[in-house]
Amino acid sequence: MSLKFEVMEMNIEINNRQLKATRGETILDVLTRNGIKVPTLCHMKDYFPSGACRMCVVEHENSGKLVTSCSYPVEEGMRIKTHTSRVVEARKMIVELLLSNHPDDCLYCVRNGNCQLQDLSVEHHVTERRISGLKNNFSKDLSSPSITRDPDKCILCGRCVRVCEEVMGVSAIDYINRGSKTLIGTSFNKGLNTSSCVNCGQCIMVCPTGALSEKGHLNEIQMALTDPSKKVVVQYAPAISVSLAEEFGMQPGTDVNGLMNAALHKIGFDFVFDTSFSADLTIMEESAELIDRVANGGTLPLITSCCPAWVKYAEEFAVDFLPNVSSCKSPQQMLGAVIKTYFAEKIETKPEDIYSVSVMPCTAKKFEAQREDMTHHGITDVDAVMTTRELAQLIRLYGVDMYNINPELTDSPLGIRSSAGKLFGGSGGVMEAALRTAYFKLTGEELKEFKINAVRGLNGRKETKLQIGNLEVGVAVVSGLQNAKVLLDEIRNGRNNIHFIEIMACPGGCIAGGGQHIGADQKAILSRLSSLYDIDDRDSIKVSHKNPEVIELYDKFLGEPLGHKSHALLHTEYEKREVPL
Amino acid sequence: METANKTEMKEFLIDQLLTGTPDMADPFVSSKFAELRRDDIAKPVIYIGTGTCGLGAGAEATYLKTQRYIEDHQLDVDVIKVGCIGFCAAEPLVDVQLPGKNRISFKNVTGDKVNDVLESAFTLDSNNEHILGQFRSEKLDVWENVPFIDEHPFFAPQKRIVLKNCGLVNPINIEEYVARGGYNSFLETIKKYSSFEVCDMIEKSGLRGRGGGGFPTGKKWKFANGTEADQKYLICNADEGDPGAFMDRAVIEGDPHRLIEGMAIAAFGIGATKGYVYIRAEYPLAIERLKIALTQAREYGLLGKNIFDSGFDFDIIIKMGAGAFVCGEETALIHSIEGKRGMPRPRPPFPAVNGLFGKPTIINNVETLSNLPEIMARGEAWFASIGTEKSKGTKVFALSGNITLTGLVEIPMGTTVREIIFDIAGGIPNNKKFKSVQIGGPSGGCITEENLDIQVDYESLISVGAMMGSGGLVVMDENTCMVDVAKFFMDFIQRESCGKCIPCREGTRRMLEILESITSKPNKNNEKEALQRFKGIVQLEKLGKVIKETSLCGLGQTAPNPVLSTLKWFRDEYESHIYERKCDPNVCTELRTYKIDIDLCTGCMACVRKCPVNAIVGARKTHHFIVEDLCIGCGSCVDACKFDAISIS
Repeated sequence: MSLKFEVMEMNIEINNRQLKATRGETILDVLTRNGIKVPTLCHMKDYFPSGACRMCVVEHENSGKLVTSCSYPVEEGMRIKTHTSRVVEARKMIVELLLSNHPDDCLYCVRNGNCQLQDLSVEHHVTERRISGLKNNFSKDLSSPSITRDPDKCILCGRCVRVCEEVMGVSAIDYINRGSKTLIGTSFNKGLNTSSCVNCGQCIMVCPTGALSEKGHLNEIQMALTDPSKKVVVQYAPAISVSLAEEFGMQPGTDVNGLMNAALHKIGFDFVFDTSFSADLTIMEESAELIDRVANGGTLPLITSCCPAWVKYAEEFAVDFLPNVSSCKSPQQMLGAVIKTYFAEKIETKPEDIYSVSVMPCTAKKFEAQREDMTHHGITDVDAVMTTRELAQLIRLYGVDMYNINPELTDSPLGIRSSAGKLFGGSGGVMEAALRTAYFKLTGEELKEFKINAVRGLNGRKETKLQIGNLEVGVAVVSGLQNAKVLLDEIRNGRNNIHFIEIMACPGGCIAGGGQHIGADQKAILSRLSSLYDIDDRDSIKVSHKNPEVIELYDKFLGEPLGHKSHALLHTEYEKREVPL
Repeated sequence: METANKTEMKEFLIDQLLTGTPDMADPFVSSKFAELRRDDIAKPVIYIGTGTCGLGAGAEATYLKTQRYIEDHQLDVDVIKVGCIGFCAAEPLVDVQLPGKNRISFKNVTGDKVNDVLESAFTLDSNNEHILGQFRSEKLDVWENVPFIDEHPFFAPQKRIVLKNCGLVNPINIEEYVARGGYNSFLETIKKYSSFEVCDMIEKSGLRGRGGGGFPTGKKWKFANGTEADQKYLICNADEGDPGAFMDRAVIEGDPHRLIEGMAIAAFGIGATKGYVYIRAEYPLAIERLKIALTQAREYGLLGKNIFDSGFDFDIIIKMGAGAFVCGEETALIHSIEGKRGMPRPRPPFPAVNGLFGKPTIINNVETLSNLPEIMARGEAWFASIGTEKSKGTKVFALSGNITLTGLVEIPMGTTVREIIFDIAGGIPNNKKFKSVQIGGPSGGCITEENLDIQVDYESLISVGAMMGSGGLVVMDENTCMVDVAKFFMDFIQRESCGKCIPCREGTRRMLEILESITSKPNKNNEKEALQRFKGIVQLEKLGKVIKETSLCGLGQTAPNPVLSTLKWFRDEYESHIYERKCDPNVCTELRTYKIDIDLCTGCMACVRKCPVNAIVGARKTHHFIVEDLCIGCGSCVDACKFDAISIS
């Protein structure tokens, strides 16, 4: 639309105070800036206001009406009251109405203590059941390997629907039915496992209650830990060490790698490995693949395959790009495969006696681990996957005091990593690591400046060009599948100056994955990312091809990247998935 | 009609439209027009009212019987299916027009009456009991001893602008519409005025939205008119969902060209080039007729690119709604057209600035748009002279419920409710007393005896807690239970709530549960039941207030109205339900208690066998008794008893 508003200051009155506002702002913007808190439920910053929950109503004195501050634009001379008895009573009534149709079983809820409905109930001093009546009794959806849905706890704020549509471009869920029978569900209200859901878990991250949560693997893991016949091996993703701290109330971005190693040992894991190791391995394979495709006229652009949510998305919505997707398994699966072959031989244990656990910032990894092609001779590469939240739960369960333990190192031979592998935790990290190694492989020299700033940061879409020898390589990094869709559409329409694309489903990459601490704001996520960059600055091994354990692995076991053994263990293939509507 | 084939007629009429006002002094032109208007007919014409109301009353059989009659008597007669004239109580209606004679109307002509009615029409017998009246004309012969329809109490006080042609013309004949002055108004408008002038004229005419809110139409248009955009849209809201409202259907079935012309004028006023008619799929006949009318208008070049060389483009798309009440709300309607779930979004931004597909969009109701051709033809001052100070023009009301004459009436604003119910519609049947009238559907409120003399206009209705709404008028007699009425509307609303905002979704359900608790059988086993009921009552008004103040859209904001309104006027009825557990009109079955008069009971066991819950005890030839705790109040025993021994105590 060609509507142009001049930037215009205006004066509005809030709670008898004269405040400045800018045209185009909402009342809520002004309130937040001025330290006046009104409760919100459905509001999501930077999204088009939905106006569903009505919690943020304020009194608009000029019209005498209650209006939602999240959606109402400021007007010159408007007079607003935010906490009159009329407003407060209305808000309280809304909370009570929600509670009247809520299971009320907080003590048994996965979100107990971290629930916005609980918070609102406390804030509004709800202490008696004034409103009672029939409650909905929907059935839980336990069908998905990644995400559990409990519609009874859902308050229909619609945030998950909006994330799924606007950020992910997947639209696996939407409102179904009408009136008090309304619920959020998949098309035809079938199980999430048969829907187009890519398991990214961003819906869990925005859910204010316990309606959405990850499919827990803790019980299986505890069983394995107590089974004397099993060697229990754990690996953790690059993003975990900079995210776990928040679960224990530490400063966002604190790197607790050593403490985490110690905690995992204390819990009883026999071996603790770092997935960043296999991130290095992935780089060896993927950069070889890139060079091979560029040299031999293979399908370009090459697209990364580390993110299982993106891979499923491609199988559903971007089938025409499947030949572009790297055949490399993700780091989790590579390490899983190496643990049950190379490492099993090394510790002289049968692969079936190894129980392989991974800690991931992600729910889609749970889905990935149970994919049919992620097995070798009938043995699954990874047996159980826990999210950052589940790990914290496990640490609490085993009584490990994170504030009073000494850091420990990972175990050998799959524990050493380069800082390039660590960068995988943030959007752009795979790209940066791959370019460092590809540059070396093609030119025989190391990059002069390892930092590639153009692909760093939380931007949903980053692009740059890099001169490698006489080849100008165009690269793009996108996070958030909707951004990926836009980029792929450009390529479909003929764009051909990109050689390599990194796609991560979650906005910002794994540091903002669907398995992370719930309730982190953008600032916390940025701290996690900076922490990864700090590690890269500090570490001495900055490129994957110099990881001594990776070199040893190739020497003793795999042979060479894209070789016969690599192909059998570290690569996979994809096929089109049929999705109902 | 034999004189010209279709193409020639089309060219002739397009010529006439191009010249503007047809030259009636030209005998050729005036005779053609008279022929098309059927002022001057060569052979008899039979008009059969086949609106949905007529069809419901059996007009299809009437039509077939008429065809049979014509075949049997080898008559050369035109049979025309027309829409509903509004006199739904007497459907099927059949009009007969003989050459040189006034058109005469017969009521209640079901299939079996056709022969009798046509016989008397063709034999000029004016003593038939089915005669409703004759239409007035300037030149034609009058039927002796037959009253004029415009003197009939149902029609006399009406002023028909929107319904002008309904029931009179062949709705799917554009020639007839043009011959009656149709499309002239639209073409003159785009020739003479700028788009802003049109908005201004409509604003000055005082026309306000007829769909519910009553926002000044011209003012709304000006928002869209003043917004720059590469594309604007006009939407006609024909998603008529209020229980008891059916005027939009009647207009589209009876005179679709009027709506199309109105939409074209509106589109010109706001600068839209694309129009949508969002119509509920439950109106198949209206959709069919509208489709035909649209095709005709396109053939005439009245829709499409560069209409009549004016440089103005406009075309209309029909979009069928899937039956959600909330899709009558404009932002939900927009979502529905966009292919999304019909759920409202917060306003502002208003659709006039940011609407369908993000473009400026004006949404007007069928009745609003159908007013436009007459306003533009006769001027804004003429329209502004009708009605009250703030509510101009006429309003169509759909009369239903306990009323003698159900149907559609179009009356000038300012007519009193008493006049509509008692003078026009003949009052309450069966000598019952008037109790209340629900105006404005589920969003409206009720008006009682003491307020019957208020004038029908937007402000007055709101002042007594009702609203104009779409104009549904449901009349209730003394046998109605107002708590039951409130429960009916609450049930409707809570099922139709879109489920988006909390107060409407959860609140309406709780309100309904409270109403159900006070109309259901006291549960003597639950000690807390009474306490819960009293707690509920305390909540009812508070809940209503919060839902009204905080809901997202118009549906939610008006959802508690039926309860709040009945609570205001019939508090005593609520109280007797709550405290005495009694429903005076005996509507709430669960509150009824029955007794068996032992003097009359013969012990025949009939009631014992019929009782679905085995609440009646007694052996053959001994007196029977009802176990009150078991009785569900269904009344089967009363129907079963041949000796009138069972009655409500």
